[in-house]
Amino acid sequence: MRASLFIACYNDTLFPETGRAVTRLLERLGVEVDFHPGQTCCGQMHANSGFRAEAFSQAKRLVRLYERDETVVVPGSSCVAMMREQYPGIFQEMGSESQRQELAEFLPKVYELSEFLIDRLQVEDVGAYFPHRVTYHASCHGLRGLYLGDRPFRLLSKVRGIDFVPLENIDRCCGFGGTFSVKNAEISQAMLTVKLHDILSTKAEFCTALDNSCLMHLGGAMHRQYAAMRTIHMAEILASTEDCPAEALA
Amino acid sequence: MSTVILDPKHAPPFRDAVLPVLRNPMLRKNVAHATQVIQSKRAKLLAEKADWQELRAAASAIRTHVIENLGAYLEQFEERCTAAGGVVHWASNADEARAIILDLLRQENATEAIKIKTMTSAEIQLNPYLEKAGVKAHETDLAEIILQLGKEEPSHIVVPALHINRSQVREIFSRTMHLKDLSDDPKALTAAARHYLREKFLRVPTAISGANFLIAETGSVAIVESEGNGRMCLTLPRTMITIVGVEKVLPRFQDLEVMLQILARSATGERMNPYTSLWTGVTQGDGPQRFHVVLLDNERTSILARPKERQTLRCIRCAACMNHCPVYRQTGGHAYGSCYPGPIGAILTPQLMRMEHAQTLPFASSLCGACFEVCPVKIDIPAVLLDLRADVVKIERKQMKRAFDLMYVGLRVANALFSRPWIFHTTQWFGRIGLGVFTDKDGWIKWLPSIGGRWTQNRDLRGLPKQTFHEWWAERAKGTK
Repeated sequence: MRASLFIACYNDTLFPETGRAVTRLLERLGVEVDFHPGQTCCGQMHANSGFRAEAFSQAKRLVRLYERDETVVVPGSSCVAMMREQYPGIFQEMGSESQRQELAEFLPKVYELSEFLIDRLQVEDVGAYFPHRVTYHASCHGLRGLYLGDRPFRLLSKVRGIDFVPLENIDRCCGFGGTFSVKNAEISQAMLTVKLHDILSTKAEFCTALDNSCLMHLGGAMHRQYAAMRTIHMAEILASTEDCPAEALA
Repeated sequence: MSTVILDPKHAPPFRDAVLPVLRNPMLRKNVAHATQVIQSKRAKLLAEKADWQELRAAASAIRTHVIENLGAYLEQFEERCTAAGGVVHWASNADEARAIILDLLRQENATEAIKIKTMTSAEIQLNPYLEKAGVKAHETDLAEIILQLGKEEPSHIVVPALHINRSQVREIFSRTMHLKDLSDDPKALTAAARHYLREKFLRVPTAISGANFLIAETGSVAIVESEGNGRMCLTLPRTMITIVGVEKVLPRFQDLEVMLQILARSATGERMNPYTSLWTGVTQGDGPQRFHVVLLDNERTSILARPKERQTLRCIRCAACMNHCPVYRQTGGHAYGSCYPGPIGAILTPQLMRMEHAQTLPFASSLCGACFEVCPVKIDIPAVLLDLRADVVKIERKQMKRAFDLMYVGLRVANALFSRPWIFHTTQWFGRIGLGVFTDKDGWIKWLPSIGGRWTQNRDLRGLPKQTFHEWWAERAKGTK
């Protein structure tokens, strides 16, 4: 099987280790991984800030880029939610008939990482080894946008050595919300304080998620507060083995 | 006394309004506690309702159908209500509604009126208007009494005094009712309120109410409540004046079966609200003998004209969205600068203001989607928020000051560089050098200038890694060749 990665703008720039982990994980599972270097952004930041025309210019570019691929894998639930929830409306408003056709062919090819593993590859045990205490933050887009359900838990439960701690109030937002985190920085921080209380109460070493955007927010606060916890994208846990542990452990 | 401004025309931007609230631990604890209590009661009841999603779909379908056929149902309501002895008035805006109500009160020679809780009257700022015209409106809902006597503003549409705890209630009652030895025992507090209210119920012959639903088929009006004060207002007075938004109509009597099941569970976490009152025009020898309904538009038809935002009008004011909103749960309602706070307020208020005011409200959300998930009539609030954000940007782009606004400049620049990969990659390269200046030895950024400072005011940012993913990919591809 072949799969083409979409490594979002912020993952490419700030969290390249996530893309590397996805590559390693998928190749280990026998998937031939492609990557188009021309990719940049899905347009979410613009769409969520009210800049719909700009969001459309990025969206149509992205859809065309994957024209020839049969499967697109995205290790970021909010980008996938952007494509599924917002692209149709934006293309309806600004796109041509042929662009809408391209979108209709594109959307069924897109998988968030845990969807790809569970639904497409039909694998729960990816052969990972991660002997650490871990809690899972269900990002809002994963939870209420993509309805990932128990997929992340099924994947984590098969990781050898893991000490998984469930998170209280798992359905509550961490307060990131993209530009919300700077536009309304104070209220974003108030939400973060509440969320961090629940997360730190798990006494886990790592807080994982399927979206680096929440993790940038949570991890940034943990670092500021010298908290005894770090953030790690779930791809890195799933890619981790005895021979080749996660980069975060190096 | 409260300094809160619930008039969207004069309220400060959301970000400014939030600051004093965030520094008020008592208010935040009251709000967090009350919303948590309602949340868990609702969750428990939903768990026992196997057909909740079907019920929700039915409620949404009924409300959607009404909104798509609003004119016909309103005319039917007018006809049936009139036939039953009611008088129907049409008000296109707040000014007209207030004038109609004052005129009706003058016809009654009323200098006082008793009121059942109505957010629509808060929307048109009825009480201060009547006060100026020499009519004292007495609230009879317990929470509204607390607010009226304490000179406070409502912070929630179902539980208006949600931000006030019972020791504060004791203080307000003791001061305004001159009850020195009042305890903060709920029984004692409600007894004090009851004593205060009875005198008004027995004395004041004119009442003002809102309505939860109008029934087109029968011309009836429905009110749901918890305390029985509404029932008192519907039995004792001689005259009842009901002010209601035009969107509140339901086609058939039997639609109440769905709406009443879904409203109480969503609003207060009860299987059924304690008092449900229905009345149809005037019944001789029973209840008010003069009955007026004021049907208020106040920009509702302009919302109806916007296909994407039209769903806003499905709202049945249950407040489940605010009880579940992580923003509202930190701020309470006052920061929204409107009598309609929370997620529904963030989409309703700016539209009621024709997008001329309250423009920061559509941005007062992290788009977490909790509001949509719990909405009993399936209003896709995040989608409407996004549409309204686009509207705000469309308006603001024309303003000169935005040409220099960092957020605007930044987003334009970002679009330019996302459009061409080589520019994006060059910017990443320069960004690494630029941000390197701010990056500590441990590889983290703890301070950034300008808008970046809004991030670093409370979070660190990891410095940019030496290699982007696409650089790693290119290097790896070379290696394997």
